[in-house]
Amino acid sequence: MKDLPELLAFLRRRIAGEYEVDEFGYDAELTDTVVLELLRPLYRHWFRVETSGLELLPADGALVVANHSGTLPLDALMLQVALHDEAHRPVRLLAADLVYRLPFLGHLSRKTGHTLACPEDADRLLRQGELVGVFPEGFKGIGKPFGQRYRLQRFGRGGFVASAIRAGVPIVPCAIVGAEEIYPKIGDFGLLARTLGLPYLPMTPLFPWLGPLGLVPLPSKWMIEFGDPIKTDQADADDPMTLFNITDHVRETIQHQLDTLRTRRGPAFQR
Amino acid sequence: MTHTVLVTGVGRHVGARVAAVLAGDPAVRVIGVDTVPPTSPRGERDGGAQLPDSLEFVRVDLRSPDLARVIATADIDTVVHVSLLSGPARSRSAMKEHNVIGTMQVLAACQRSGTVRRVVVRSTTAVYGSSPLDPAVYTESTDPAEPPSSGYGKDAVEVEGFVRGFARRRPDVAVTTLRFANLMGPGVDSPLTRFFTQPVLPTVLGFDPRLQFIHEDDAVEVLRRSATEDHPGTFNAAGSGVLLLSQCVRRAGRPTLPVPAPAFRLLGELARGLERLDFSPEQVALMSHGRAVDSTRLRAELGWNLTYDTASAYDDFLRSRGLTGNLPLAVFDALAGLVR
Repeated sequence: MKDLPELLAFLRRRIAGEYEVDEFGYDAELTDTVVLELLRPLYRHWFRVETSGLELLPADGALVVANHSGTLPLDALMLQVALHDEAHRPVRLLAADLVYRLPFLGHLSRKTGHTLACPEDADRLLRQGELVGVFPEGFKGIGKPFGQRYRLQRFGRGGFVASAIRAGVPIVPCAIVGAEEIYPKIGDFGLLARTLGLPYLPMTPLFPWLGPLGLVPLPSKWMIEFGDPIKTDQADADDPMTLFNITDHVRETIQHQLDTLRTRRGPAFQR
Repeated sequence: MTHTVLVTGVGRHVGARVAAVLAGDPAVRVIGVDTVPPTSPRGERDGGAQLPDSLEFVRVDLRSPDLARVIATADIDTVVHVSLLSGPARSRSAMKEHNVIGTMQVLAACQRSGTVRRVVVRSTTAVYGSSPLDPAVYTESTDPAEPPSSGYGKDAVEVEGFVRGFARRRPDVAVTTLRFANLMGPGVDSPLTRFFTQPVLPTVLGFDPRLQFIHEDDAVEVLRRSATEDHPGTFNAAGSGVLLLSQCVRRAGRPTLPVPAPAFRLLGELARGLERLDFSPEQVALMSHGRAVDSTRLRAELGWNLTYDTASAYDDFLRSRGLTGNLPLAVFDALAGLVR
């Protein structure tokens, strides 16, 4: 927002409801001018994110596959800032259905460009040439205990590979280092989580002991790296063995990226 | 060649408009049936859809087998079954009986008939239900994540089941099922149009559903084309694009009252008692999770693009109801004028 007339025009559009939302509910204007603006300080100053490998991103549709960690999906938000600010591409993430059951979270997720992880939505976005992001580990990855950090969990059922093949787009492996340390999960209130219908309710060194203050993420140093795109155009989406093989290949690639990136970063809490 | 077309539900707005536009064609003889005679379609700008004198009206209760006699005696070749009530009927059971038993009677009569060659059935995108597990956009071949378990949507699912059965038994008849999104326009009277004309709009706290509309002019044209040309199959019919509920209320300049989902349901029960609004469970689901469909297939099949998209259909509805005085926007403009 550069000057007053521009700000007034923006506010007027918002009050009048005269803005565009795509069929997934993505409100690009709100995302760019408000949401990303709020996330940027976290990206630049709190986590000091360094992003590399952007030149490897294909110009058209692609499926970005990343590791998932950190108890709360801040890695997804940082990936979005990275791709928006440094590659000028909106990323359309595929999220768990839990997100869409919860009030506020569901529509915020849609407004910022994301949708439910289901084959229909993945296919549709990829065919439109969008950059789609997915975290195949799901809750197993983001909710894993601190002791298992940087160890990739099982990659779902490989549905993401089938979507990429059907749409004829490459898979871009992506490693995110740093999110593992923001909320080190040292315990789990399993019973309470089940009662609330949540996949886990973490105990960290600060949460819930410090109350809301415990929700402040630890300022670890982050690195995001995109790898060489993996081609899928020769593969057959209906052959389960092909899907298994590609899934394994993607998983091993990301694990390898994670290991080297982590060594390059060094200790988690340094400037 | 002259056609004889039977239109059901001519006592209601869309049925009357479809009958009127078909009767406007000299090569088409139109027989309209309903329990009440058609009145001239409301609205000043409905394209001169005065009911032509050539429209014949027969008083038939669809739930009775009388319809079979009409079809047998009049040499009917096309049946356009528009009569699907979205409520609120006087009672849920009356609405269900009208929708489900009515359709069974219509199809039973068509199956008996030796002259019927084309059947067009109005359905709704409510057959896809509305849940957090839904894909963002439904195509005709996507199975609903959670099929509707009550109300209008469930009626439509049952109706479509009968239609599929009929199409199987009479493969010589061209059967078109049209799944319409929520209708919008000057003359539409539906739970959703009634919702938007309230002074205060209750919304489900923390949810902002994607809604999709089809303008009544487009709906009538889709039905007209399906009634005069063979387009067998099932098609979604919706204006392109979506509007979020929050966009709808901002465009109308109406105040909202966000209430938690359980309270919204309770409010619905109370409103239902007043017989003005319909906050049935399916309506609550729509107001929480929304729904969007892809109607590419219909556009390709008809070789015609709808005139209105979702946003312009809604804006036309607001204009026609005089809901244009946007107070928050006027206040903002006044303040912005001071700042400048």
